[in-house]
Amino acid sequence: MNIIKTKKLTFEYIRRDDEGNIEGITRAVDEVDIDVKAGEFIAILGHNGSGKSTLAKHLNAILYPTEGSVFIDGKDTSDEEHIWEIRQIAGMVFQNPDNQIIGQVVEEDVGFGPENMGVPTAEIWERVEESLRAVGMYEHRKKSPDRLSGGQKQRVSIAGVLAMHPKCIVLDEPTAMLDPSGRKEVIRAVRALNDVEKITIILITHYMEEIIHADRVFVMDEGKIAMTGTPREIFSRVDELKNLRLDVPQVTLLAYELKKSGLKGLPPAVLTTGELLEALRI
Amino acid sequence: MIRDITLGQYYQTDSIIHRLDPRVKLVATVFFIISLFVVNGFTGFILAGLFLFLVVKLSKVPFKFMVRGMKAIIFLLLFAVVFNLFLTPGEPAATFWKITITWEGIRLAATLTTRLVMLIMGSSVMTLTTTPNNLTDGMEKLLKPLKYIKVPVHEVVMMMSIALRFIPILFKETDKIMKAQIARGADFESGNLIKKAKSLVPLLVPLFISAFRRANDLAMAMEARCYRGGGHRTKMKPLIYKTRDRIAYLCIFAFMIGTIVIDRIFPL
Repeated sequence: MNIIKTKKLTFEYIRRDDEGNIEGITRAVDEVDIDVKAGEFIAILGHNGSGKSTLAKHLNAILYPTEGSVFIDGKDTSDEEHIWEIRQIAGMVFQNPDNQIIGQVVEEDVGFGPENMGVPTAEIWERVEESLRAVGMYEHRKKSPDRLSGGQKQRVSIAGVLAMHPKCIVLDEPTAMLDPSGRKEVIRAVRALNDVEKITIILITHYMEEIIHADRVFVMDEGKIAMTGTPREIFSRVDELKNLRLDVPQVTLLAYELKKSGLKGLPPAVLTTGELLEALRI
Repeated sequence: MIRDITLGQYYQTDSIIHRLDPRVKLVATVFFIISLFVVNGFTGFILAGLFLFLVVKLSKVPFKFMVRGMKAIIFLLLFAVVFNLFLTPGEPAATFWKITITWEGIRLAATLTTRLVMLIMGSSVMTLTTTPNNLTDGMEKLLKPLKYIKVPVHEVVMMMSIALRFIPILFKETDKIMKAQIARGADFESGNLIKKAKSLVPLLVPLFISAFRRANDLAMAMEARCYRGGGHRTKMKPLIYKTRDRIAYLCIFAFMIGTIVIDRIFPL
């Protein structure tokens, strides 16, 4: 069974003036159909305002579709009855690390989710330890979140979601406010969760380097899915990506330009520096 | 400069007082303050002073940390002492020019000073030995009965602990906005009080906007993590009374009764 399935998902933001009259309607997500299998690593890409965050909020039942429907693990998100189950199955990590940490001590923050779910005390401690170890933050468990770096804070946020034992984690631009090293830290943790714990990952981002390891990539534009495919397939369509106002990683761009100017023997898309070196050596 | 402000003046060390259940410390503080006000004579104050001294010793918190809290009330204290000394009618003890100090005045001023000093020190012992977290947890448990008269205890305590969590963040933000405004020529230092207050507007408006935005984000993050109020929740760190807590309750109760009784029997 697919863990995430959307059927013609449409969401409209309605802007109203002071008297409550409708001023305008913005279609943030427009008839999106996606299917995600359990254990997949999906990246959703798109520039600002492409509707990717709005889509993400539907997967956790924070927003409900205007039209169409979303099924998480077979449960309809617009059904009030399942809302807490859905939020447990599909955990969510947000952009700003400061605004999603509730606890004043790392371990207490990680315990917040299980506390809300009514998990018995002894099991909360087990879950907290195991989640903090999974993201490599166990030695910081007694610290105040204020003393952590951005990357560390995001890893704590991920641990907080992990402690709820989700099947799927939706990360809404988790690296947008981080420096490059923090970004690497977070992506490494996310990949480890996908590889080791087999948790389905939906990574929303506008950094191209972060999607290289995904199984599949959805590119969004104006609320629609503009492109789908493996990272390699996506990166072989450099011109299309540029039209969607997305930046291609420098190596990929270099290989693309080399090929365009007549260099033979290059693969259709180059994702890493190593690959390009390998290809050029022949 | 703003960064120096620390809230909750917790002093980290390991002592029997630190390990006590926060509920015990809260109740003890209230009992201690009550006995300070019930007691009239110096017998009671001496006993209370001894008790306080003992607790401070047990808490292993250096004495200077206790005194630190006193700086905030030094003016209040001076004010009260001066007024009590000079304006209490009674038998004159000394007279300079037109001002008379009375024996009653001296006594009142001394009583007031002792009370205030011990009150501040007593509550400092609690805040110095208990983390803000523990304190809010203790309050939640202690105030739980109020739930039956529809007081949203859990929600209020949750708000308090979130406020504590965001205070350092908002301080940092204030600092940042202040620097940004100073860089654009804002002046927070000069002028009279009204001018200074007015100059705070460009600081407070962005701060409030950002606080609201953060609150919105936080609410969403909490909901995403299945938060739905107090009802269904379990506790990661539940408060459970241990033997030492029961003994502490007995001690504080014995102290209160003892002090009040002895104070009445041997007034000084």
